[in-house]
Amino acid sequence: MRAFVIAVFAFLYLPIVLVVLFSFNAGHHASEFTGFSVQWYGKALSNPFLVEALKNSLFIATTSALLAAVFGTAAALGLARVGARTRAVFDALLGAAIVVPGVVIGISTLVALVQLFAVVNPFLASIWPGGQPPRLSLGYGSIIAAHGLFSMALVTMIVGTRLGSLDRNLVEASSDLYATPLTTFRSIVLPQIMPAVVAGFLLAFTFSFDDFIIAFFVAGAQTTLPIYVFASIRRGVTPEINAIATIVLVASVLLVVLAQWQLRQRKPSN
Amino acid sequence: MSAGIGADSMHGNRFRHNFLTALLLAPATVWLVVFLVLPFIAIAVFSVGERAPEGGYQAAFTLAQYANLPARATAFWNTMVLAPVGALACLIVAYPVAYYLALQVPQRWRLILLALVVIPFWTSLLMRTYAWMYILGGRGIPALLAFVGIEDVRLINTPGAVLLGIVYGYLPLMILPIYVSLERLDRRLLEASADLGATPLSTFLGVTLKLSLPGVMTGFSLVMILLLGEYLIPTLLGGGKVFFIGNALVDLFLQSRNWPFGSAIAITLVLVSVVVLIVANRISNRVAGARRVDLI
Repeated sequence: MRAFVIAVFAFLYLPIVLVVLFSFNAGHHASEFTGFSVQWYGKALSNPFLVEALKNSLFIATTSALLAAVFGTAAALGLARVGARTRAVFDALLGAAIVVPGVVIGISTLVALVQLFAVVNPFLASIWPGGQPPRLSLGYGSIIAAHGLFSMALVTMIVGTRLGSLDRNLVEASSDLYATPLTTFRSIVLPQIMPAVVAGFLLAFTFSFDDFIIAFFVAGAQTTLPIYVFASIRRGVTPEINAIATIVLVASVLLVVLAQWQLRQRKPSN
Repeated sequence: MSAGIGADSMHGNRFRHNFLTALLLAPATVWLVVFLVLPFIAIAVFSVGERAPEGGYQAAFTLAQYANLPARATAFWNTMVLAPVGALACLIVAYPVAYYLALQVPQRWRLILLALVVIPFWTSLLMRTYAWMYILGGRGIPALLAFVGIEDVRLINTPGAVLLGIVYGYLPLMILPIYVSLERLDRRLLEASADLGATPLSTFLGVTLKLSLPGVMTGFSLVMILLLGEYLIPTLLGGGKVFFIGNALVDLFLQSRNWPFGSAIAITLVLVSVVVLIVANRISNRVAGARRVDLI
């Protein structure tokens, strides 16, 4: 059994190692390793389309993860204060947001937003006082919103779990000592749930940064890094893609390791 | 708030409590309604509508889109075969790994190995699938085989390549819930079973496997549901030859623009997912009682 488990871990990691290895290949061909070189990284980072896609992805991932961390934490705190029935409704919706395949989230958001814009845009045009009225369209906003749905549900669940194991005695002691609810929250609750909030933010960022399928439907004219990479892959495999893949893989691995480490933090560090 | 006394301030407190709760839940509620509930209603409405001549939507109430589902029979067939087969293949590979991690590995190694399982799960599926395009493609394993004299081996763009990609992509998601259910397992039960003269095999079948069934069913249903909507793996490793429902949806929404028909397919997919969840839940409840395994 031990040999089998080792084989499975090799199976999980060898392909990734291979991609990283060949990103340092001097030669153009993917088949043979002809020497060490970082030229493909230079090539990738001097490609303006790629840099643009990378910037878009960073912006979208940061924004959606921040919104998800704030609203998800608020929701987890709110859910600790409501009755069982309200909680069950929220749990079902949050579960659906996580489990429903990305394809379905993507197309349903696309359909709903296109219908919404068809109503809102003429209305905005009719009430706009002179000049060019703003036109809502697919783009940054729709990707951020669609990614935020999954991410917020994720943060709510992670923070909710942490709230469930919160030391109630500390909260009670704090209010017995005449701390205001705000002070109790700031000095007792927040430090205890903070690792979960940070982990939630990091996982949300990773999710958004890596997502292809949802963005594919709701990106409109925008390009994210995965959309750009997908299009390049379909044109053919090149070492340049390996270089991008390596950057993305290393970034995701770092973020996930950081998130796991945060989740294992039992007590606030100060 | 007024600084009143007695009943007045009690009333004020309760109001303040409810107001704060509502305030905390408001953004999440708006988000869930606008970007989950309303979109779902929108595709449900579209799925009973008609296609406008130039590819848009025309309001109607007809089941014609659903009656037309057999037009995409190949995509349904491929998905309905490869999703359960893929989930089963994942399970067969995942179970021994989860078992080993939960019951055989010393504590200090366990967390590291578990992290090694979690990391790929959170790493870009696109990049990981790309790695296999690379390995299975003409310049990968087939080139190596040609080197030792085995010519003309075709690996990529076959159902086998898609199945391999599925196992690779979803293995971590299968290992985690099984690991959780095995780790919770009361070890004294295993000892009791052995003390009572059960063979290792019958202990495994009668105790271990039975008690880990909730984890198995959670993993199986999650992997299967995500596979029902999979697009990247069949596209990159099946090369347009192995068409999934996900491919049909991309085609209908982004290329040939038949949104009502695409919506009917999406609704069908969601209904199948719900059935999978219910069946999986029933099985684990019947066998092992109602011990749920949450993923996070």
